Amino acid sequence: MQLLYFAWVREKIGKDGEQVEPPDSVVTIADLVDWLVARGSGYADALADKAALRAARDQRFVPLDTAIGDAREIAIFPPVTGG
Amino acid sequence: MTIRIAVRLEDFDPGAEIAALEAGAPGAIATFCGNVRGEGGLVALELEHFPQMTETTLAAIAETATDRWALSAATVIHRYGRLDPGNHIVFVGTTSAHRKAAIEAMHYIIDRLKTDAPFWKREIFADGRGAWVEARGEDATARQRWG
Repeated sequence: MQLLYFAWVREKIGKDGEQVEPPDSVVTIADLVDWLVARGSGYADALADKAALRAARDQRFVPLDTAIGDAREIAIFPPVTGG
Repeated sequence: MTIRIAVRLEDFDPGAEIAALEAGAPGAIATFCGNVRGEGGLVALELEHFPQMTETTLAAIAETATDRWALSAATVIHRYGRLDPGNHIVFVGTTSAHRKAAIEAMHYIIDRLKTDAPFWKREIFADGRGAWVEARGEDATARQRWG
């Protein structure tokens, strides 16, 4: 599964994306975030506060408690600031 | 119904976009232009975006606007990359037979893209400092107003 990171999430983690194979216990995007936070350092810094995060599942905005299911891509980022 | 969406590095010309919208000879044209403000010692604004998702999101917002209001055309252009104070960021234009639909749809589109389009702004200051812009509660409130 492809992960994409944007803005300060990308900066703090230090990469704009990666391929991951989380265990079966990771069901929702929130579970995925917790699994990444456990890696420590930049991941913990970027992802510890879920209230500050938003997500897209296959390029559709979804709440963090959404099941990952058979998604090909999950993007994690701050609230958008375009316009 | 013509929808034009562009997400790009390059500048756009609001006058040319308005001329294109006028080609359909509509009774009403409503436009919004958003530019980089140069206050507080800002020297540049960097816009990061989620490629592909930006185009599809803006297209979906424009299509919802055409479902809700009787529009003849809608144009949404949004730049990304490093922009200078005074530069164009975003253009929204709508046309209709009468002003109410054109103005309301234009307002709807810009309010929706402020909360839903995957762009992120980073301000660069004269001392080299950079700061990510934070989403504003006022934008979420404006978005909710449209239902």
